[in-house]
Formats: sequence, structure tokens, C-alpha cells
Amino acid sequence: MSGILNSSIGRKFAMALSALFLMVFLLQHFSINILSVFSPDIFNDVSHFMGTFWVIQYLLQPVLILGVVFHFVMGFVLEIKNNKARQISYAKNNGGANSSWMSRNMIWSGLAILGFMGLHFYDFWFPEISIKFIDGDMSGLIDPNNAESGYRYLEHLQHKFVDGWRVVLYVISFVFLALHLLHGFNSAFQSVGANNKYTKGLIGFGKVYAIGIPLGFIFIALFHFFNH
Amino acid sequence: MNLTLKIWRQKGANDKGKIVDYPITEVSPDMSFLEMLDVLNQELIEKGEEPVAFDHDCREGICGSCSMFVNGQAHGPDSMVTVCQLHMRSFKDGDTIFIEPWRATAFPVIKDLIVDRSAFDRIQQAGGFISVNTSGNTQDANAIPIDKHDADTAFDAATCIGCGACVASCKNSSAMLFVSAKVSQFALLPQGKVEATDRVLNMVKQMDDEGFGNCTNTGACEVECPKGISLENIARMNREYLSASLKG
Ligand code: HEM
Ligand code: SF4
Ligand code: FES
Repeated sequence: MSGILNSSIGRKFAMALSALFLMVFLLQHFSINILSVFSPDIFNDVSHFMGTFWVIQYLLQPVLILGVVFHFVMGFVLEIKNNKARQISYAKNNGGANSSWMSRNMIWSGLAILGFMGLHFYDFWFPEISIKFIDGDMSGLIDPNNAESGYRYLEHLQHKFVDGWRVVLYVISFVFLALHLLHGFNSAFQSVGANNKYTKGLIGFGKVYAIGIPLGFIFIALFHFFNH
Repeated sequence: MNLTLKIWRQKGANDKGKIVDYPITEVSPDMSFLEMLDVLNQELIEKGEEPVAFDHDCREGICGSCSMFVNGQAHGPDSMVTVCQLHMRSFKDGDTIFIEPWRATAFPVIKDLIVDRSAFDRIQQAGGFISVNTSGNTQDANAIPIDKHDADTAFDAATCIGCGACVASCKNSSAMLFVSAKVSQFALLPQGKVEATDRVLNMVKQMDDEGFGNCTNTGACEVECPKGISLENIARMNREYLSASLKG
């Protein structure tokens, strides 16, 4: 087991595990966000719970951050190694004849997601951390001195999606996420060695997930843009 | 047919090399691709020029030596064929055809279109075998009953001819399809199970040491493989490797 990250298959296995974890997280993130469309109150309650429950804040959140960082750092490592494995490229290479655009450009869709995450952290994560741990306000209220003011989460979200440019950036990023997942979903299963009688069904489900989840996020962003 | 060939010419391993244009006329659509190159070489020899060096042997799709990247694809545009099985009727009059050697750091060019594929031999030597007692009391292989499905799957894997089209087609120059075929052909059979752990660990280590890339699961190898070796072999090797690294 020692030094499994020193082998090509071990690296891909670790890459796939981090990716599977991220896909479960993404589903969870989506399930909560969609509440903001259907039930502002439940959305606020769940957000407050997620933002203050210690298991999530101090156990799951660090694991998530580690997972994301591992995933993109390993993505860069693989990209560099793979480029080294072919130093002279073909004068003519018809890649489209044997593989999908998505599969050949995971690094570019990944970089787009990384860029998006910078914006997303600036929009939501840094303000949260600042309110909770710098201002020390764990109340989750719009006005911490007024219990009647209600939770601030939905208001914060709606406020962000007033800006049309931000909505455009979010939508473009979700398109790249869909492209990343259209190849990534099934690739992750192949990497962990799962290619069997369920694979056909899984490919179908993967397509639904890869398009459905980003489309859902796009819907949420547009919904708040048009309903503020 | 009249064609323009754009062929990679490189005098030796240390030469920089470049694409050179060769117009060729009166090509018959019934010629194989290699015959067409023979005609070109004859013309070059008559003109006192150096002929194009390319690998070939069986000319019937079983030796795997005719490695060429034709018009951006390993073994050209047809599927499930090697270059010796490719015919000029797959092209149109007036076409421009690029002919390049396999490109991989682990397959350095020796001359023109010929690359050094001894990396594959070293991977085989690292574990692509079974150890049997040959002192005269060798058991008949048929004495051990084998599940029909396993026997067929192992045979399918064993049809790999070691051509290297998988490496050439992969954007990462990964040798996973080749190595997984060689691992699978033994892993599925009782005779191969005995040394399965060391085999997969050693072959993958050799593959990595040779400088092949990591698999991104693009599937290009499977599409371009002249023998239809399936990606299922790669998944099997991944499983074999992961359980072997837990054991060993
Ligand atoms: C943070 C920026 C990200 C970068 C730079 C990135 C980069 C990459 C790269 C380069 C690969 C291909 C690795 C290979 O060669 O096989 C990959 C695979 C993958 N990524 Fe990402 N990615 C990012 C974020 C994400 C996110 C947020 C998700 C899911 C929610 C995700 C899901 C996947 C999946 C499922 C795979 C396939 C894993 C495999 O082939 O085993 N990625 N990523
Ligand atoms: S797996 Fe297919 S493409 Fe790769 S070496 Fe074997 S026969 Fe050639
Ligand atoms: S020359 Fe043997 S496979 Fe083409």
C-alpha cells in the first residue's frame, strides 16, 4: 500500500476518490440551494444549520477543502506528467475521431471551475468566515441585535444575483462544470475499476447528473436574478 | 489516384526531423497503404534519394510492426485494421495524407517512421509470463476446467499484437490498454492467478518507469486498437493493481 501515489494507477485512484466525493458534495449543495427557490424559510434554516453545526463546520468542511485542493493539485500533476510523456506532438492529430472533446480537455474545464471557485469563495465563503469568526457573530441574523430580523442567508444570496455580469459568469462556469462532469462522472468509476454490467446504466445516469445538476444551478441563479 | 504525401523524415535518433512533401501519381485504389509506400520508395531509389524507412513484417495484420500515424489517426482512418490492412480506396483522388511515426517519449524515433518499441518488451519481461515446470512432467493445460466466459475474455485480451496504436492515439501516451491486455490474459486463467500479485505490480511499475503517461479514460485507445481490445481490461487491471497493492 505504501507509496500508492507514486504509481500511475494509484494517482488515478486517488483522483477518482476525490472526484466521487466532490460529486456527492455537489449534489448536497444543489439540494440545499434549490430550497431557496421553493421555500425561503427552510433554506434559511438549513443554511444556518450547515453554517453552525460543529460536525459540518469543523469536520466535514476541512475534509471538503482538502478534497478540492487535492483534486486540482493532482489534476495539475497529471497534466504535467502526461505532457512529458509526449514531447513532440503530431503535425496532424484527429483527436475527434476517437475521443470526446470533454475527455481531452479536463484540464481546461477544471481550470474554469477553479476560476469560478475563486469568485464563489469571494462571494459567499469569505463573507461567512468574516462574519462568524472575525466579527464573532454566530447568530445568522440580518441584525444580530434584533432576533426579529430573520436569518441573513437568503438575503445575502439574492443580493449577489442582482448583478447581471455575475449571473453571466456563474452560468458560463456551470457550463464548464457540465463539460467536466460529462466525461468525469463515468471516468471516475472506470478509474476505481468499476466496469461491469451496471456500466451502461451508469453512463446514462452520469449524463443526467452531469447536465441536470449544472442546469439546476443555472436555473437557481437566473431565478434569483429575475425575482429580486 | 494522385496524392500528396506529407511524410516525417528523420535521419536518426538525434536528427531534428521534418515533414517532407512527396507527390505521388497513378496510385491504384486496390493497393494496400504499404504497397503505395513501396512504390514511392522505388521512385525515390531510382532518383538516388534515401527511401522512407518504415516497419513492416507480416503484412496481414498479425505482427503489429507497421506503426504509422496516418492523417491524424493510428493506422489511418479505418477501424480494426493495421496499416498493412488499410487500402488506398479509403482515400480520395487529390488527398493530402500526413504520415508520422508514433509519438511518445517512451517510443523514441529510430529513423523516419520507425520507433523503438522495446519499452513494451521490458514491460512483458517484468511480469507478462507464467512460471511452469518444463522438466518433463508438465501438466496438460486442458486438465484444469476453465469457465467458458473467462477463457473467451482471456483469449480476447491475448489477441493484442503489441502494435502500440493505443499509446500513439492516447493524448497522454499511456500504455494502459496494452499492459491491461497483457495482465488480463493471465489474470483470468487459473495458471496466471498464482503470480497475479507480483505480475501486475511489476508490469505497472515498469510501465511507469518507461515514461508512459497516466490514463484519462478518453477511450481513444479502444477505438484505434486494431484488435478491439476493450477498456474493460483497464478497469480489470485497476482492480488487480489496487488489490495487489493492498496485499503486497
Ligand atoms: C477545482 C478545479 C478543478 C480542477 C483543476 C479539476 C481538474 C481535473 C482534471 C485535470 C481531471 C482529469 C484527470 C485525469 O487526467 O484523469 C479531473 C477529473 C475529474 N474531475 Fe475535476 N477538476 C476540478 C474540479 C472538479 C469538481 C468541482 C468536480 C465535481 C464536482 C470534479 C469532478 C471530476 C471528476 C468526476 C473527474 C474524473 C476522475 C477520474 O477520471 O478518475 N472536478 N479534474
Ligand atoms: S492494445 Fe491494441 S492498440 Fe494497444 S498494443 Fe495491443 S493491439 Fe495494439
Ligand atoms: S505488417 Fe504485420 S501487422 Fe502490419
